[in-house]
Amino acid sequence: MTTLLEMNAIRKAFNGVAALSGASIAIERGEVHALIGQNGAGKSTMIKVLTGVYHRDGGTILFNGAESVLTTPREAQATGIATIYQELNLVPLRSVTENVMLGYEPKRLGTFINWREAHRRTREILMRFGIDIDVKMPLGSYSTAIQQLVAIARAVSLDAKLVIMDEPTSSLDASEVKVLFGVVRGLRDAGVSVLYVSHFLDELFEICDRVTTMRDGQTVGCVKLAETTKLELIAGMLGRDPDEIAQAGMTEFGGGAAKQGEVLLTAQDIATGPRLSKFDMTLHRGEIVGLGGLLGAGRTEAARALFGVDALTRGKITLKGAGAPNSPAEAIRAGLGFLTEDRKAEGIIPGMSVRENLTLALLPKLTRNGQIDRARERQLVQKYIDALGIKTADMEQPIRELSGGNQQKVLLARWLANEPDILILDEPTRGVDVGAKREIQMIIRDYVDRGFGVVLISSEFEELVEGADRIVVLNEGRSIGELKNPGITEHKLVQALAHTDEVTA
Amino acid sequence: MSQSNPTQTSLQIGPLLRDHGGVVALIVILAFNILFTPNFLQLQTLFVNISQVATIAIVAMGMTLVIATGGIDLSVGAVMALAGALAPLIFQSQFGVDYPALGIAAALVVPLLVAGACGMFNGVMVAVLNVQPIIATLILFISGRGIAQVLTNGNLQTFSNKSFSYLGTGKVLGLPFQGWLALAIAVILFLVISRTIFGRYVLAIGGNERAARLAGGPVTKVKIGVYMICAGLAGLAGLIVVAINSASDAARNGNLMELDAIAAAVVGGALLQGGRAPIFGAILGAVIIQLVKYTLLANGVEDEVALIAKAGIILAAVYVQQTRKE
Repeated sequence: MTTLLEMNAIRKAFNGVAALSGASIAIERGEVHALIGQNGAGKSTMIKVLTGVYHRDGGTILFNGAESVLTTPREAQATGIATIYQELNLVPLRSVTENVMLGYEPKRLGTFINWREAHRRTREILMRFGIDIDVKMPLGSYSTAIQQLVAIARAVSLDAKLVIMDEPTSSLDASEVKVLFGVVRGLRDAGVSVLYVSHFLDELFEICDRVTTMRDGQTVGCVKLAETTKLELIAGMLGRDPDEIAQAGMTEFGGGAAKQGEVLLTAQDIATGPRLSKFDMTLHRGEIVGLGGLLGAGRTEAARALFGVDALTRGKITLKGAGAPNSPAEAIRAGLGFLTEDRKAEGIIPGMSVRENLTLALLPKLTRNGQIDRARERQLVQKYIDALGIKTADMEQPIRELSGGNQQKVLLARWLANEPDILILDEPTRGVDVGAKREIQMIIRDYVDRGFGVVLISSEFEELVEGADRIVVLNEGRSIGELKNPGITEHKLVQALAHTDEVTA
Repeated sequence: MSQSNPTQTSLQIGPLLRDHGGVVALIVILAFNILFTPNFLQLQTLFVNISQVATIAIVAMGMTLVIATGGIDLSVGAVMALAGALAPLIFQSQFGVDYPALGIAAALVVPLLVAGACGMFNGVMVAVLNVQPIIATLILFISGRGIAQVLTNGNLQTFSNKSFSYLGTGKVLGLPFQGWLALAIAVILFLVISRTIFGRYVLAIGGNERAARLAGGPVTKVKIGVYMICAGLAGLAGLIVVAINSASDAARNGNLMELDAIAAAVVGGALLQGGRAPIFGAILGAVIIQLVKYTLLANGVEDEVALIAKAGIILAAVYVQQTRKE
């Protein structure tokens, strides 16, 4: 094998703050290479330097044997580097064919698109990945997984030598991940290199050959996955001793310890549409109730129903003895908080500062006669920045400049500051690095111990099993059972998911 | 580190130029006029420009609020015509003649209420019925002026009413009244945007509407609110125009004002996707547009050519906005 890409001693600073200070990575031809690190370690910056989105301040890049001087993503594509971003940059309303062929359509007489040929070629490209779909349908009518595979197919059809995948599995369910892995292996066999960025360490052992670990803008090591352990990788990212972590356990939760207080919330036989058709749950003070299920089981829909986002078509929600909220604003007044799953689309207001984002849900309480008490606002924001350890230059920094984990902490603070009785957390640690994850889990447990209730949704069974006091199991929009801690294991949860009839733990 | 320095400086000079591009443009235009335009440095010139820019500025500030929520309001010119047509009808009515003071008060309040109702119509269309703002406001853009012309039978209404004309010809501390009015509105709106919960919600909605709603923001009410403010300010501008001319011409009052207002807002730094509300920027934009118009006119260039120059300014402003993106 020969080296395809070599990035050496890369330096990059933003307004004087170093994001990369001597980071290096080397990728062989036909290798699946993992890149890991906490949020803010410099992974994204590294990729953006490579693809020409950012211009490096120093260091060398050798790609395919030549010094690389890419200045635009388009040039990167032309030299054979394709990037599949977390947020897919495809056109959902146009057909699959148009998306795959975009910019490279076969032409007739040099002007008119030869549709028959375009459809044929698209079908052929997709079939190589085992995707057999109607290419004339709008891309948006397919699942995220299919869309992602289409993006990869497009990249490969453009003769990519290196495919960069940024958190490719974060919105896929187990079976879709399998298909994706098949595609990745296919790429490797065809001699294409893959740079694989992921927070899910288990995946790396399944699919990657080597792993480069980054911390604080530097490369801390590059090892073969066959010669390392998950614990060592976590230790490398955190810069801590592996033994210490092994003793402390993998998560900061300790489910099952809670003593149940009064009933905060009950949902009886509620439905909001086809994706949530029958859901029951009860939440007491001082407990974390997990919602367990696979992607599309109706967990987020249940959360939206409780928070008054989606109207009920059936059933009844009782909140501290009163009726259900009809809007998020009402839900907040009634003492609810909802940390949404999609941080970008439903969480942050990118152009606003950390301060403005943090107090957004709290504004009515900070306002007198329509005027915001700005002194109290600043004081509160500073308190939460300190308490949650939010890494930000100052509270006026735009939130979009923060790393994912710190953005998530700001959003968590948005709700904590409101002191809701019930906090609904939809994937609170998704896309967040290991360090921030443990901190967020600790914050949540702390909150519950103060007598509040939490509804926790997580695709990571480990987090759910260790964290929740009880787990309501959902399948295809229906709650099908309940498990109680202590005593829940991942195995039991999976078993419960596999049974569609009533189960008891 | 020697390599990193040039990038850093360019990064810092870039935003500096972008943020003050409007001021630079203003200085260039002023310098040009001082050098080439006859009689530019005279009080009369200042009066003319202030009295003309005030209406653009007032409408542009309302437009800035609407744009800050990610919307747009094409109906401002039509609302100006409607408000302007109503005022003389009221103070020249039998009631207005019998009770002059009440007549003037009603001639100010009623048109503004009607304008506000127009804004509420726009806001409900956009926020409740989810109609695209450009389409929703197109309805009144077309019909508003029509209603105004029907009300006046398509005639030019001339009048002589000292009290009402004060709105357009009065002077405070030697400067036109409407200039002070525009300034006062700017200060109030600036405080509203930066200090009040309403202002924070306006920016949050423009920045990420779904997030704002999920954080408990009263999105519907705030959106209706900005369209009402915008239309109310347009109504006020319509009254000022009528007061300046001592005549109401429903066909011409506020004609093409929506374009001037949008241009001023954009030149002033408003982002069409929302999330920013540079109120004083809107005034700066209005001043630039007014001065370009005046410069060309004073130097004997035809009005039609001035339109092309205006397009040039918008182009430049959009270019500056584009370079803002990384």
